Amino acid sequence: MKLTINGEDHQTEIAVLSDLLVWLDYEGDWLATAVNGELVHREDRLGFALNDRDRIEILSPMQGG
Amino acid sequence: MLDLYGTSLSNRLLLGTARYPSPAILADAVRASRTEIVTVSLRRETAGTSKSGTFFELIRTLGVRVLPNTAGCHTVSEAVLTAKMAREVFATDWIKLEVIGNHDTLQPDVFGLVEAARILSGEGFKVFPYMTDDLVVAERLLEAGCAVLMPWCAPIGSAMGPINLSALRSMRAHFPDVPLIVDAGIGRPSHAATVMELGFDAVLLNTAVAGAGDPVAMAAAFAGAIEAGRSAHHAGLLEPRDMAIPSTPVIGKAVFS
Repeated sequence: MKLTINGEDHQTEIAVLSDLLVWLDYEGDWLATAVNGELVHREDRLGFALNDRDRIEILSPMQGG
Repeated sequence: MLDLYGTSLSNRLLLGTARYPSPAILADAVRASRTEIVTVSLRRETAGTSKSGTFFELIRTLGVRVLPNTAGCHTVSEAVLTAKMAREVFATDWIKLEVIGNHDTLQPDVFGLVEAARILSGEGFKVFPYMTDDLVVAERLLEAGCAVLMPWCAPIGSAMGPINLSALRSMRAHFPDVPLIVDAGIGRPSHAATVMELGFDAVLLNTAVAGAGDPVAMAAAFAGAIEAGRSAHHAGLLEPRDMAIPSTPVIGKAVFS
């Protein structure tokens, strides 16, 4: 299925958000995730089902003014 | 003491963390500024870089509170989602709410700002709205649940300093009990001192320190200027006048002719 991750299209059969983060080699606790414009809490990623054409945002801390 | 949403602060400078020459200089500038609050942001994480925690771990070692922003958001829905993601990452319900309305001036979209402030306040956020110096917008933001207001004094990063002093004076007079923080447009310590002399409660700045030749020395300079401006406000400033007044008493002066 097709997933849009941080604006880039990916083809994958991984259908769970926590598995996707592992597959993409995201590390650390400093991440926030959203699917289709809705926040997915850290504790909800395990078992959060993904569907074809989902839009996923993965954000982390950066410098800001 | 400055009270922001029930948190007491002794320092009146809020410092941004962007655009420093190095993480070490950022850390030294934060220490030199004696700030208790730094602003931070969120970005799209690049897969596999494992860098996501490095910046925030540095900030955590500095012992300061963080005020996450919604920089770069142009719509209410973007700003609301970014605020929620920031609360998840930074474990704070404080949010510097930015809804940008114009690419060139980075002027806030005050209509979207009020709407986003209402939504976020309703969800338990403590909203610090980046706004213009408009009194009616200020009223609407207070009605929306904001208990702190952050008017610009000039466009972000412009270093122009307060370009509309009468608007800032008017804001201070209309909202004597609301913490008012001048956010954006400050270029020099004298600008910060000026708005503090007007009675503003604090100053938020970034580029004026980060872009200085010596950011650490400039951070200390701003700290001094903000304290001086605050003390001067309390001490009672003279109003300017058109005519001269001799500072040396003339009574008892000898007459030689």
